Amino acid sequence: MEVKQFLQKISTSSGVSGAEDEVAEIISSEFAKYSHKVCRDSLGNVLALKKGYEQAEKPLKVMIAAHMDEIGLMVSKIEEGGFLRVSPIGGIDPRSLLNQEVTVHGRRDFSGVIGAKSPHILEPEEIEKGIKIDKLYIDLGFNEDKVKENVAVGDMITIKREFINLANDWVAGKALDDRAGVAVVLKFMQELQKIKHLADVYAVATVQEEVGVRGALVSAFGVAPQIGIAVDVTHGDMPGVAAYKTSEIGKGTVITTGPNFHPLIYKKLGEIAEEYGIPCQKDTASGPTGTDARALQISREGIATGLVSIPLRYMHTSVETLSFSDIKSSARLLAHFVASLQGDFVEELIICY
Amino acid sequence: MLLRELSEAFGVSGGEGEVRRIIRQAVEPLVDEVSTDVLGNLIVFKKGSKSGPRIMLTAHMDEVGLIVAGFENNGLIRFSKVGGIDDRVLVSKVVQIGDKKVPGVIGAKAIHLQRPEERKKSLKVEELYIDIGAKSKEEAEKLVKLGDYIAFYTKYEEIEGGLAKGKAFDNRVGCALVIEALKKEYPYPLYGVFTVQEEVGMRGAGVAAYKIKPDLAIVLEGTTAADVIELKEEGYVTTLGKGPAFTVMDASVIADLKIVNFLIKMAEENQMPYQFRRFTGGGTDAGRISLTREGVRAAVVSVPCRYIHNPANILNLEDVKNTLKLIELFLVDLPEGGLS
Repeated sequence: MEVKQFLQKISTSSGVSGAEDEVAEIISSEFAKYSHKVCRDSLGNVLALKKGYEQAEKPLKVMIAAHMDEIGLMVSKIEEGGFLRVSPIGGIDPRSLLNQEVTVHGRRDFSGVIGAKSPHILEPEEIEKGIKIDKLYIDLGFNEDKVKENVAVGDMITIKREFINLANDWVAGKALDDRAGVAVVLKFMQELQKIKHLADVYAVATVQEEVGVRGALVSAFGVAPQIGIAVDVTHGDMPGVAAYKTSEIGKGTVITTGPNFHPLIYKKLGEIAEEYGIPCQKDTASGPTGTDARALQISREGIATGLVSIPLRYMHTSVETLSFSDIKSSARLLAHFVASLQGDFVEELIICY
Repeated sequence: MLLRELSEAFGVSGGEGEVRRIIRQAVEPLVDEVSTDVLGNLIVFKKGSKSGPRIMLTAHMDEVGLIVAGFENNGLIRFSKVGGIDDRVLVSKVVQIGDKKVPGVIGAKAIHLQRPEERKKSLKVEELYIDIGAKSKEEAEKLVKLGDYIAFYTKYEEIEGGLAKGKAFDNRVGCALVIEALKKEYPYPLYGVFTVQEEVGMRGAGVAAYKIKPDLAIVLEGTTAADVIELKEEGYVTTLGKGPAFTVMDASVIADLKIVNFLIKMAEENQMPYQFRRFTGGGTDAGRISLTREGVRAAVVSVPCRYIHNPANILNLEDVKNTLKLIELFLVDLPEGGLS
């Protein structure tokens, strides 16, 4: 599948943290086309293995991880009249939710709307305040009895949003954090079909990143790679945010340095980008990042970890925006990085200290 | 009924062209005369067999929206509101800009980058902008012009329970009803009037009424239904599924009691549901029409709609059907010589 089409498909499908099956199925079947084996572990991570060209007794293993879960909501109460109260799953800004269209995953999927007063009946002071999650409700449009037959407390809710093609090759939609990362991984696997690599490659779409990088924790243990690269999104440039905290949309992939990352992985990613003329921006993170890299680094006896990111604006809203060209450069960087891996580099990762 | 097409059409106050085109095409085969005036109102006429009363059946075509007010050097677009919109609903939405319907998104700072005190405040129009994917001001100006209108982007969808979801039900539902009503033949001269600029101060209706000189006017509207969990019953304004809503009074008009009573009589004789709009705020074209020339008897009949002036509204299709039926009965049964 064309990667953009794949991104559109996974962006619009649902997979709130802990309920990733729908999106996982699409990812599994697409990853299977470019790998030797695909399986899911007991938390639901999708693991695809593409073997290297030489099968050693103790193979060189690299894990490339992008999370497939998205932030969302959960039904917390069915109110009189059949209106639904909600709790957040992951870091969702209630101020981004007024009058959003949603899909409630009850006995089947139902379309709903998050209510918002018409301005005619608003109190002036209401407009000043950021709305709180406990004031929000979902309107499914049918009566309480029917709601109770079809929807239960604990049912998941996703925000409904079409995939929007903007000017240039920019796109906007929901859950691009981190379905864009998953799209990078697919593109990377497609690139690997054309490139020789020694390392066994484990492409992993992880679960439950948004609630505490849990899928990465167990999949890293299962794979036990020497090298792990997380692929995630990073804040894009926008007004009101200091430039040093952001990367520019459309100016290439982003590699990050800081305590979460092995210095030689960061260095090598930079060298590869330069060697192949891949547009690349550099960023820093002063502690453990809010990405799968956080879990990868301290799995088992430790994993040499790196991070490859796509700049994205308006993170955790339903109109996350990015440039498709940054997905391509991220995938190219990963492919050439993986192709470069040899045993001596892996030894160097330990003896360099 | 053209509700889907009209709801998805682009028609912010002052830029009603697409809506007008759709309506003109639909009504041309149904009427004797079609004309527009200098403001852009679309006026159609069915002669009827008798001389009077002359009836004006009207709905406004425009919807609330935004207008391109400026460009940032980085290609982001600044905007102002056209009509009454709660700034808070603009965050995290998709919009369409200008005749070419260039897609754009209204984003917000990521929750990760917000300070706790920021979260307590709402985001105002001055802090928001539209991202169309342009990398510079020059690039943005190639796609979008200063003054282009901006509409919400919402697909019409029929959902569970006989309901429909879409944008601009205030007042495309009124437009759809006037078109539908024009499909039948009536005894009296009937003007179907589709007005402009209601949402910015009822600018279109008065000049149309001045030209037409109707004996009485019925304004069809999509009005607030606040029959939801956060409000008490007395604050509902109207309730979905309980039939057409009659206005007693709003901020612009006290409805003509003779018309209202006749509507009630029609509804009761035909065992049809109806309700009163329990709110005296808000304005409609009836305000302007009633004060035109020496005065015009005017009333408002509304379809209850939840979340009007927002991107996603909800209405009950049964209410739409009942409103149409009632209007048709009214136009047929009205006594010769009117209600005086």
